[in-house]
Amino acid sequence: MKADPNNVLTGAHYLDGNHACAEGAIAAGCKFFAGYPITPSTEIAERVSRRFPLIGGVFIQMEDELASMNAILGASWGGVRSMSCTSGPGFSLMMENFGLGLMLETPCVLVNVQRGGPSTGLPTLPGQADMMQARWGSHGDYEVIALAPDSPQESFELAVHAFNLSETYRMPVLIMTDECVGHMTEKVVIPPAEEIELVEIRYSSKKPGEAWPFEATEDLISPMLEVGKGHKFHVTGLTHDERGYPVINAEAQAKNVNRLVDKVNKHAEEIIWLQEKDVEGADVVVMSYGISSRVVQPAIMKATKEGIKVGQIKMVTVWPFPEKRVAELAEKVKSLVMVEMNLGQVFLEMDRCAKGKCETYLVGHAGGTVHNPEDIYNTIKEAAK
Amino acid sequence: MSAKVEELIKEEHPMERLLRMDRIPHIWCPTCGLGTTVTALSTALEQLQLDLNNVAVVSGIGCTGRVAGYMKLDSFHTTHGRAVPFALGLHIARPELKTIVFSGDGDLISIGGNHFIHTARRNVDMTIICVNNFIYAMTGGQVAPTTPLTAKAATTPYGNWEHPFNLPLLAASSGAVYVARWTALHVRRLTAAIKEAISKRGFSFVEVIAPCSTLYARINKLGTGLDLMKFYHDNSVIRHGADLNDVDIDFQSKIVVGKFVDIEKPTYIDCLNEGGKRAFGDKYKPYGGGNGNN
Ligand SMILES: Cc1ncc(C[n+]2csc(CCOP(=O)(O)OP(=O)(O)O)c2C)c(N)n1
Ligand code: SF4
Ligand SMILES: [Mg+2]
Repeated sequence: MKADPNNVLTGAHYLDGNHACAEGAIAAGCKFFAGYPITPSTEIAERVSRRFPLIGGVFIQMEDELASMNAILGASWGGVRSMSCTSGPGFSLMMENFGLGLMLETPCVLVNVQRGGPSTGLPTLPGQADMMQARWGSHGDYEVIALAPDSPQESFELAVHAFNLSETYRMPVLIMTDECVGHMTEKVVIPPAEEIELVEIRYSSKKPGEAWPFEATEDLISPMLEVGKGHKFHVTGLTHDERGYPVINAEAQAKNVNRLVDKVNKHAEEIIWLQEKDVEGADVVVMSYGISSRVVQPAIMKATKEGIKVGQIKMVTVWPFPEKRVAELAEKVKSLVMVEMNLGQVFLEMDRCAKGKCETYLVGHAGGTVHNPEDIYNTIKEAAK
Repeated sequence: MSAKVEELIKEEHPMERLLRMDRIPHIWCPTCGLGTTVTALSTALEQLQLDLNNVAVVSGIGCTGRVAGYMKLDSFHTTHGRAVPFALGLHIARPELKTIVFSGDGDLISIGGNHFIHTARRNVDMTIICVNNFIYAMTGGQVAPTTPLTAKAATTPYGNWEHPFNLPLLAASSGAVYVARWTALHVRRLTAAIKEAISKRGFSFVEVIAPCSTLYARINKLGTGLDLMKFYHDNSVIRHGADLNDVDIDFQSKIVVGKFVDIEKPTYIDCLNEGGKRAFGDKYKPYGGGNGNN
């Protein structure tokens, strides 16, 4: 399906990452947005609230983030593409019902414009320290999909992509951006609607009485059921069977949870999106995501000039983690370096997957500002030894 | 076995059209007030002759929260306290559906209290059926924000000393356009109230005073669920349009019941459209749902 031209602001614009993200969501056909103001994410909500009335969307400022998360789930079951955005403390409040979204296999998009934490932390300054919360912040076992844009342009593109992933895999998808990307203003080119390809959720074609909300399918992605069509279906956050009926025992739990996990893992190769540069033959590969993947550039250039063979991997998707790729590289390179604005979160995954086959380095700090390229350069030099 | 009994057994359960018979037996205790309340909702839906495809039920967590799982309707069993915002999203996406939230006092008024007052304030078109059993039943009978003063609960073993909420007053002062209270044994009147509430445009609220036989009745030595159900019924005073400051509930005393509020007020979607027209004039197309109904 192509994007609806009524929704797409085709042309070249000068936008910050948050506004661009809002435009991406609108281009993707988002028509319901529920949110609660919080710095540094609020511009997304503000732009949506300005744009929606004339394109048939509903923006609602909820009483809190718990309500916001639930409202987008309800709207999604009503067949409407739905989204929310938040930061730091608000992300914490959304975690329980993000889990409900995973359990009910509800497509929707949630943006976290990361700031420094914990607690109220640094409301106006950047961080990338919610990455493990994105992965594990709700209780129980599950897998998530999380994207990390590095620019306003990519904020637009990944917002569209996030909706496509959420409709493809029938699950909530996270955009883990940060204050820097959210508030940096750059040129954003929005393509014509006919160049924006949208995935449409698969609805069950079965007759009422024959269709179940979590029907077993080979690809593990159950077709969604539409409300109001006579299916009279039931869904619950309790452990459930294919019919959506609660079943409280270990076997049902194994089936339900493993399916949620396998749904992502079996499609991991399709979901994972890495942008690699000069990785073949490199001694050192620098991994990073979001704003940090831009900050590494001067350090990599300087090290390359000095004759160090440095490759780069920008992780457009952070979750699911590219386990296979990291394991492969660990066999070939001297060192892997993770650059992220936290004290070592995604680094731990990289280190785990390297299985001791190469050296691993973290260039991390507690947030509040981007990295000093000199620190990255020094680590690359050390890693090349 | 005589043929007559067999015939009876073959006969359809009167509520079969509305209940998920494949999930019966249910988990509720004998003489729990939930049974008659679910019957009242089912009867109300039958009598309203609604297209049942266009009715959705949303529940939170608790004994009452299990109602969504037994109604043969599109039904959503969400998380504790969050039925109302989930229902809000569903309603805005599909305003043509009748959205009914069926949940417990703890779920709706304690953990979900903020959502309750704000959704009433917005006058979102939905019906809330709140089963008030004065306790957190599902988790074993702990105190609730509705537990009457001096009543015992698992976490108030010496009697409750907090002031409880007066739910009709809370609903009305938050903006509900329809507010009624009945006990679980006022089956006919309760059914009529639920019918009115569902037919009402806007945020409608029906409080059902219901016995929890296993926990509240037992902890407070109030006899069986049936005894308590009768007690609530027999000690209720019907006072339509009562001053809501006077409808507090004390431990084992009079319960004022009736229809307290029935007013007209623009709904959330009415106001949304009014705001759109005010800002954009003829350029604004009224919102009729995310389903392309505008
Ligand atoms: C976030 C969260 N906190 C606590 C619980 C545990 N819990 C389940 S039901 C319930 C209380 C239910 O009371 P009420 O809403 O009055 O329903 P009842 O069982 O009395 O019908 C609680 C505290 C939970 N499920 N989720
Ligand atoms: S515990 Fe109480 S409220 Fe729950 S089903 Fe039993 S009697 Fe009803
Ligand atoms: Mg209760």
